[in-house]
Amino acid sequence: MSESRKHYVRPLDLKAGRIDMAHGSGGRAMAQLIDEVFARRLGNEYLGQGDDGAVLPAAGGGRLVMATDAHVVSPLFFPGGDIGCLAVHGTVNDVAVMGAQPLYLAASFILEEGFPLADLVRIVESMAAAAQAAGVPVVTGDTKVVERGKGDGVFITTTGVGVLPPGRELSGRRALPGDAILVSGTLGDHGMAIMAERESLGFESPIVSDTAALHGLIGELLATGCDLHVLRDPTRGGLGTTLNEIAQQSGVGMMLQEKALPVRPAVAAACEFLGLDPLYVANEGKLVAICAAADAEALLAAMRAHPLGREAALIGTVHADAQHFVQMTTAFGGRRIVDWLSGEQLPRIC
Amino acid sequence: MKYIDEYRDGETAQKIAAAIRAEIDPQRRYHFMEFCGGHTHAISRYGVADLLPDNVRMIHGPGCPVCVLPIGRVDQAIRLVLDHGVTLCTYGDCLRVPASDGLSLLKAKARAGSGGGEVKMVYSSLDAVALAQKHPEKQVVFFAIGFETTTPPTAVAIKQAAALGLKNFSVLCCHVLTPSAISSILESPEVRRWGTVPLDGFIGPAHVSTIIGSRPYEFFAEEYRKPVVIAGFEPLDVMQAIKMLIRQVNEGRAEVENEFSRAVDRDGNRKAQRLVGEVFEMRKQFEWRGLNVLPYSALRIRGAFAEFDAEQRFAAAYRSVADHKACECGAILRGVKRPQDCKIFGTVCTPENPVGSCMVSSEGACAAHYTYGRYRDAG
Repeated sequence: MSESRKHYVRPLDLKAGRIDMAHGSGGRAMAQLIDEVFARRLGNEYLGQGDDGAVLPAAGGGRLVMATDAHVVSPLFFPGGDIGCLAVHGTVNDVAVMGAQPLYLAASFILEEGFPLADLVRIVESMAAAAQAAGVPVVTGDTKVVERGKGDGVFITTTGVGVLPPGRELSGRRALPGDAILVSGTLGDHGMAIMAERESLGFESPIVSDTAALHGLIGELLATGCDLHVLRDPTRGGLGTTLNEIAQQSGVGMMLQEKALPVRPAVAAACEFLGLDPLYVANEGKLVAICAAADAEALLAAMRAHPLGREAALIGTVHADAQHFVQMTTAFGGRRIVDWLSGEQLPRIC
Repeated sequence: MKYIDEYRDGETAQKIAAAIRAEIDPQRRYHFMEFCGGHTHAISRYGVADLLPDNVRMIHGPGCPVCVLPIGRVDQAIRLVLDHGVTLCTYGDCLRVPASDGLSLLKAKARAGSGGGEVKMVYSSLDAVALAQKHPEKQVVFFAIGFETTTPPTAVAIKQAAALGLKNFSVLCCHVLTPSAISSILESPEVRRWGTVPLDGFIGPAHVSTIIGSRPYEFFAEEYRKPVVIAGFEPLDVMQAIKMLIRQVNEGRAEVENEFSRAVDRDGNRKAQRLVGEVFEMRKQFEWRGLNVLPYSALRIRGAFAEFDAEQRFAAAYRSVADHKACECGAILRGVKRPQDCKIFGTVCTPENPVGSCMVSSEGACAAHYTYGRYRDAG
């Protein structure tokens, strides 16, 4: 969960309003929902940190990181993965981007009446394989069944805990003017894999989700001793939304170079075809890193040395900006804002 | 991406920008209207304005399909969902257009449910036909909006539904005509009588022109002495068209020129035109957002296909609804005001809570300026 833009123009209509799909898109509408419904009632110093996971004090002076993530992906199986491995990776990554070593996972399942057991087994086996590969076991769980029509096959919520070594401070609030912005690889692979599958687009070269656990890569980056300020995985809402969250939290502006953004040709083509912008398409195995400019090259080299970071790129810089705009120099030679996503990204008709 | 990146190349853009600087007369100002939302989007998305000299100003035109859709038409679609329990299929753009009672199709979608109505986003009119075929128990209505580009696919859908003998498919037809909108702007007092909207020429539509050809614009060039350059939707197309317009203005010409010759010819797509003529006929009048009621500016379904006309099937009458008082969408669509001239721009009216339709689609002048260009206003 993230801190968000403070000045909403119109407050939510808590009497007659309803939840619509925009409230789940990761953009400004969701940020408003979190602020006005959840944070206002549940708020405390830890929730108020506004990062992907909360840093908590532990007995003996240590610190824990706790994060949770609900998974409702449809289709349940997609090129490159399924809801099972996604549920492991998503939460492991939310813990890891705080700089913590993920240790344990909890998983709760909401199953719909009539769901094939064979599919459930496939999903759980995939979860088991992902958890084992990540070295983060599922240690507790819960199962509920809802009537047919009251769910969408399977929903999985996972919660993870990890320990944060002393002295490590990573947060969306720590980006500073002058910092460099890096991304660990190509943008939009997961979202377009899902979209292509959902719309039965049948592209000749299938787009494969990038779902992966990032704590290995993050461990390598931390081991360099570089001056890292922010790590985050740009999932729902894509890189554009994630950078806006960080700009807001840190009270800074950013300038990206469109030419430097890594996007697979197949993803670029699919986005073009559907009228979408890869900057706002979800990733499930990518990392944004913001660090002191002097360390950018070393960090980039460390990323590229890891199998999950081969296509890493330096994509922009942080600067002072009272408006907290994320801007971009376009490949065309102009300038534009990379704004928050408003509502779901909807295809244009022309 | 092959065949696309070539039209977005930064180096070529610099060359055209240099050619434009060499072409302009520094003593005068140039005001060009890009008719289409597709051009508006390209200009904002790629930062084309940053490559233009200060004395060349682009005015955003009304060619954004959802922007010109009046509230009453969205209300009609919402009533079909909530009162008649239909499955409404719509292009994604329409979902967030604000309607009466604080509703939009997206909010109606969240509110439907018990009444059986639903709202589905489709990429093609034929997806709606396929849905009707698959679910004979549902009444499927396709919300058909847009200019000449989207009209032939709607005609195909109706003919296919007829061939399949579908009894549960119909179309809420809100298709509008580009030349009527251009006439309306050229005839507006701001342009013709008072001259408060200086207009030196048009960038003509890209996709619309593939259907109707370049011929319909000849009248505007001759009658109103305004140059028209038809251009593709890529940023280099737009730059090149601006250069061609500047040259015409400097030479005192007012002609129709075609920058988009890779897709547009003088006659357009005759097969599509025939198909449209077979299924649709002119409405005597149609209300547009911003341009008011324009005579012979939109299409309705011919009597021969009346059973596929949702307005008749569900006796859904059109009721005109006034725009929000503070909303300047009308003036913005006519080029009279800029988005940042509107008092509620970026404060009350934002992409999250659009008051006017221009703030909805990324092709809308307000949404394009808000999403891509508002750093300019921040100084």
